[in-house]
Amino acid sequence: MTARAVVTGIGVVAPSGVGADAHWRTVLAGTRRTGPITLFDPAGYPTRHGGQVPDFTADSYADSRQLVQTDRWTHLGFAATRLALADAGLPERAPDPYGYAVTLASSSGGNLFGQRELQRLWGGSSRTVGAYQSIAWFYAASVGQLSIHHQFKGPSGVLVAETAGGLDSLAHAARAVRRGTPVVIAGATECPLSPYALACQLRSGLLTDVADPQRAYRPFDTSASGYLPAEGGAVFVVEELGHALSRGARIYGEVSGWGSTHDAAHTTEDSAGDVGQYARAMRLALDRAGVAAARIDVVLPDALGVPRYDRSEAEALRAVFADRPPPVTTQKPLTGRAHQGGSALDVATALLAFAHDTLPASAGPDEVADGCELDFLREHRRPRSRLALVCARGFDGFNSALVLRGAAPTRGETP
Amino acid sequence: MTGRRTVVTGVGVVAPGGASRDRFWKTITEGRTATRRISFFDPSPFRSQIAAECDFDPVAAGLTDAERRRADRYVQFALACSAEAVADAGLVLSDAERDRAGVVLGTAVGGTMALEQEYVTVSDQGRRWLVDAARGGPYLYQALVPSSLAADVACRHGLHGPAQVVSTGCTSGIDAIGYAHQLIVDGEADVVLAGAADSPISPVTVASFDAIKATSPDNDDPAHASRPFDADRHGFVLAEGAAVLVLEEAGRARRRGAHVYCEVAGYASRSNGYHMTGLRPDGLEMGLAVTDALRQGRIAPEQVSYISAHGSGTRQNDRHETAAFKRALGEAAYRVPISSIKSMVGHSLGAIGSIEMAACALAIEFGVVPPTANWSTRDPECDLDYVPNEAREVPVDVALSVGSGFGGFQSAMVFRRRPAAVVG
Repeated sequence: MTARAVVTGIGVVAPSGVGADAHWRTVLAGTRRTGPITLFDPAGYPTRHGGQVPDFTADSYADSRQLVQTDRWTHLGFAATRLALADAGLPERAPDPYGYAVTLASSSGGNLFGQRELQRLWGGSSRTVGAYQSIAWFYAASVGQLSIHHQFKGPSGVLVAETAGGLDSLAHAARAVRRGTPVVIAGATECPLSPYALACQLRSGLLTDVADPQRAYRPFDTSASGYLPAEGGAVFVVEELGHALSRGARIYGEVSGWGSTHDAAHTTEDSAGDVGQYARAMRLALDRAGVAAARIDVVLPDALGVPRYDRSEAEALRAVFADRPPPVTTQKPLTGRAHQGGSALDVATALLAFAHDTLPASAGPDEVADGCELDFLREHRRPRSRLALVCARGFDGFNSALVLRGAAPTRGETP
Repeated sequence: MTGRRTVVTGVGVVAPGGASRDRFWKTITEGRTATRRISFFDPSPFRSQIAAECDFDPVAAGLTDAERRRADRYVQFALACSAEAVADAGLVLSDAERDRAGVVLGTAVGGTMALEQEYVTVSDQGRRWLVDAARGGPYLYQALVPSSLAADVACRHGLHGPAQVVSTGCTSGIDAIGYAHQLIVDGEADVVLAGAADSPISPVTVASFDAIKATSPDNDDPAHASRPFDADRHGFVLAEGAAVLVLEEAGRARRRGAHVYCEVAGYASRSNGYHMTGLRPDGLEMGLAVTDALRQGRIAPEQVSYISAHGSGTRQNDRHETAAFKRALGEAAYRVPISSIKSMVGHSLGAIGSIEMAACALAIEFGVVPPTANWSTRDPECDLDYVPNEAREVPVDVALSVGSGFGGFQSAMVFRRRPAAVVG
């Protein structure tokens, strides 16, 4: 009997709010939380808006020694992990260290910390950096710190597949559960909003330069112009089903299927992604879950907000769902795209939708662009089959999909 | 999908001392060191001024103009290695097979070199906090996200299976091969190009390790600066490099009559949950990883013929892993030859784990164990057989390799010679 991996805890630290409840309230209200970037003065940049975590108090989640050694990206990770553990009813320190592991995705590392140290090295009077640079900026910094603080001593990891990696981390967690680690922390946070990291992102050519945050980042819309960057993400407690049941844990849903493919082609000015390979990732996830496409209740798409990619995503969905795609809802315009953290956040949204017995209305499009015709949820609706397909693509050809099987509702509000 | 096994059918290496599999093997089995004074920039302001650099010619390695423009140095290494490994394996894939052929590559610090070079420009030599984005190069985003490593290799070989970068610091190279092995065992892929690449020899990395005195300051004698298990060691020597292995489902390799170097018998990792840079002297978690990897391959400690040590050349590491080997192997730890090729090719962070797995595959292939170079003074705390200075001809049926990294990650992998009956 193959072990089954279920989600028992959700920790959200995102522009939509700190905590799963705050995120869900933002989603239900459909409030755009993108705004002017205040982490630095972006006046000289063509993209000056983004999604920042509101009122984030890092010292509520880590002590001063931990904070000084780490980047803001790791601070967000400390917070999301604590929230997920508390939500799952698990203690701060793993009771069985080798039975707990942590696998997060990160594609921008500790770039803010890194830029400060680069400035010191190149702009300062001595050719030195601080003692913590070597442990703060590399991509494994958050996982290392979390493993030490929470005593997660099982097989841990760090994955990168640009935006798609947030989903890959949950797939990897499910594999680890099947291999015998009962509890795996998965998901992603990111903070690519240092001056230098934003400069790097601008070179992707996919960011919007529309100045009005309410009009920027409008996936599938006739006015789509690219995306707004964001920080934050979501972290989950992924747990072996029997382990969760034996301790009476609340179960959000099961990580039932996953699939990853690659376009074997780069992202360029003209590229739109490989429809066939993207569709194949979705089919792999459905097949692994043993779910017929027609049974899917809701799709959370990648929603890049770049017209040619929006069209190809709609085309891939029509291919998988035989021209009758299920309702589609995207909440990414509310927060901006937090890269790997953003795809993890979509997983949180899907699981919370089942917990609250409400599929949330999509944040746009208002005017559907040609070729993007899908059944966008125009108002909140009750779930039926409680099966969600979450999709994500990553710069330079990554495609990932996840099938989540929602548990019965636990939070009984009506839509 | 139970019963699926993973074999190694191709090996590609770019390492200091030789940018090819054959030159790498010659370097390490001759006991030659490739550590030298840093030539990429003026290292004189830094505490440690030495490194193991690759003499790498991207044109000779067959990289296209577009690849050379786009790819940072570590990605170029991976492109060269993957081409060598694919050719070595004689790998030819149909369109349908490409859908089940993936890429899993590790890197500890990714595009650091390009990011630092570009930073100097866009920040006007560190004078501007609000950098001038317009002065950045066209591939700045590719430098920021290390997923570029897997993407570029997938693009070169037209692979549509799962593509991923693993970035667990200095165990990235073992972990990437381990994840690739799991994808094959689980039936998610039939072929995976797996390995790792890093090119960290850049002022910011050198300064980072200076700040914590992790690297050797033996600037007067670079050739003898990397001294794992020697009582007179003073830290590791930074390096660059890459290795890529072709991992293949065993039945597929057998059906096409591929040459099989060895089988992936086991892979495991644990975290010490102790300290970002410190190691517990008892080697507990590394020992647990070794035990788990051996268990997967149903291999007894006495059957291990060679251990490729992490052997970074810091006192705490050498004690830590010596303890771990004793903990996991018991009395057998005293009889098995153990060596650290970091004594010759330095410590290329995430890449070295894959380079060491390449060395294990070649040790099994040729029946030779590479030495620990620069070994002259016995450390009473390190009392095992570290194969000092000269390679040893010995049949290698089971090779174990371990890695240890910042963040507390401890990984172990076991390669095993395929029984003749199975290969035939």
